[in-house]
This record gives sequence, C-alpha cells and structure tokens, in this order.
Amino acid sequence: MNGILGKKIGMTQVYKDDGQAVPVTVIQAGPCVVVQRKTSEADGYDAVQIGLVEGPRNAEGKLVPKAPNNVNSPRRGHFKKAGVAPTYQLAEFHVEGDSEVQAGDEIDVSIFEEDSYIDVVGTSKGKGFQGVMKRHGFGGGRASHGSSFHRAPGSIGQSAYPSRVFPGIKLPGQMGNKRITTKNLQIVKVDTDENLLFIKGAVPGARNSYVQIRPAKNG
Amino acid sequence: MSSTLDIVQRHEQAYLQEGIPDFRAGDTVKVHVKVVEGSKQRIQIFEGVVIARRGGGTRETFTVRKMSGSIGVERIFPLNSPSIDKIEVVRHGKVRRAKLYYLRELRGKAARIQERRV
Repeated sequence: MNGILGKKIGMTQVYKDDGQAVPVTVIQAGPCVVVQRKTSEADGYDAVQIGLVEGPRNAEGKLVPKAPNNVNSPRRGHFKKAGVAPTYQLAEFHVEGDSEVQAGDEIDVSIFEEDSYIDVVGTSKGKGFQGVMKRHGFGGGRASHGSSFHRAPGSIGQSAYPSRVFPGIKLPGQMGNKRITTKNLQIVKVDTDENLLFIKGAVPGARNSYVQIRPAKNG
Repeated sequence: MSSTLDIVQRHEQAYLQEGIPDFRAGDTVKVHVKVVEGSKQRIQIFEGVVIARRGGGTRETFTVRKMSGSIGVERIFPLNSPSIDKIEVVRHGKVRRAKLYYLRELRGKAARIQERRV
C-alpha cells in the first residue's frame, strides 16, 4: 500500500535512549477502508481510493466508528458498491497494477515502519490576505526618520521595455490555506493499537485537520 | 470519549521519568548528569539554585544557576531527560517568586536564600 489518510492530533516531545529530545507530531492514521480500486483498464490509471474511519473514543480509548448522517445519494451508492460504511474523507493513492488490494479491505498504520521516511500532505493554516513582508519575506523600509516607504512591495518591473509585469512576480495575496507537502519526515514510532504515527518535526495544518501520508518519494 | 489532546497526554506518560523529587524555585539541587565521552559514560554533578521551572508533560524544564568563581553559570535541563541520572535536593529555599531571574543581578550576600523548613 502506498499511503493512508490521517488526522493531526498535536505535537509533543519524546526522548531517544541517548537522552536527545525529539519533537514529534502525533497523527491518528486510519484505520482506513478501500472504497474503490481504480484500474488502468477501467479508469486509465491504477490507484486505490480510501476513506478514513472516524468516530469518538470510548472509555478504553478505542475507536467507535461513526458514519456521517447526511451523505448524498450518488455518494451513498458509491460506498454501497464497495460494501463499506460512508466516511467523511476520501483520498486516492497510487498502487501498482498487480496489487491485490480490493474494495472493502482495511488499511492501518502497520503499512509503515519505524525509522522510515514519509511525505505528509496537508492544508496549511490560513493566514488571510498578507503583504509581501509576511508572505515573501521582503525587507521593507525604515519605520521612521522621514521614511515614507514602510511595508510596500517596491518596484515590480521596468518601464518602456518590457512595459508589462512579468508573470510570477511576488506580490501581496492569500497566504496559507493551501495544499502543502512536507517531504522526508522520519517516523519515530508506530502505535498499532491506537493507529497512531509519531512523526519527527511539524506537518502542515491545524490540529484535527486531515493529512495524507505516503512513503517518501525521494527516500 | 476523549479529546485529541488526551491522546497526546496519554502517550507522553511513557516518557515521564520516575523518582523525580519534589522541588521548586529557590531550592538548591544536585543534578547528576550522564556524560558520554567516546565509549565511556560517567556522571557529572551540577549543583546550584533552581531559578525556574517551566512547561508541562515531557516538555517540562528547570533552570539551575550556580556561581563558578565569580561567573554565573546557568543550565537548563529537561526534567524528564533520560540523561539525568538523578536529582538530589540539597536544601529547600524560601522564596516569594516562581521565577528567580532577579538573582542574576545579585552577588554574594544579597543572593542568599532563606531556608524553608519542610
């Protein structure tokens, strides 16, 4: 399997045996169910579509699966075809064509190993419409001593030639709330009982936001 | 039903050290630190006044200040670090602040701390 869906729980710090403190992000990764197996014959490419099983936890910390109440009818049919309960989140991961994964299969964190490297895809925290100093790290001007150039972007190009602004110039605009992939993060610990992954470093997004986890592309 | 942060707290338990004595700012402690030199490991003792404790869970740290000759030396230790062999409380101090950063400005007689009877 080539990935799993998860929910960011929060960050903490753990210690290695030699006393070194490691900052970790805790992710509730799965359990997931395979909702659809896409094949190159039928769909033009090979992939699995998986859904994240979610729900409250009982007193022992075990997950009590809960399906969404309002699923529209095309989607309800889609889940029914796979023979699984509807889920809130769906995501697709690439698999090899000869993979034997089928709709209805369950996937959990055991597909990952400790100390291996992964990429985490998430939606970053939204920062709103921001200027160039915050958004692109521009230096800005002086605050005082007669300066009238404070946080403005400055020149964005030349005059007579080229007489236009080149595409891709860094300007103010929406910052954050965007799909971000953090690459080559190390797995510190895998908890198969509660389906938790402890990942070294930070991952995009706020607590309780959804992330996709897959083996590192450039391992 | 437990919230997401409960999960973090529950899993932090595994990394909390046992046998940490009860101490607070103003106390004088001896911290036994494991030092690895090449392949050999030995214990180094750092003795001084605790001037701050901060954070919680596995992230809790404490700051120890000592005078080395005329130079003040401060070390910040993670409370639950496995490289701390043990912490000994030498003396309880009576102070009216949680953070004793004012000690940095004081020398000699002025930097004394009254003993607290336990």
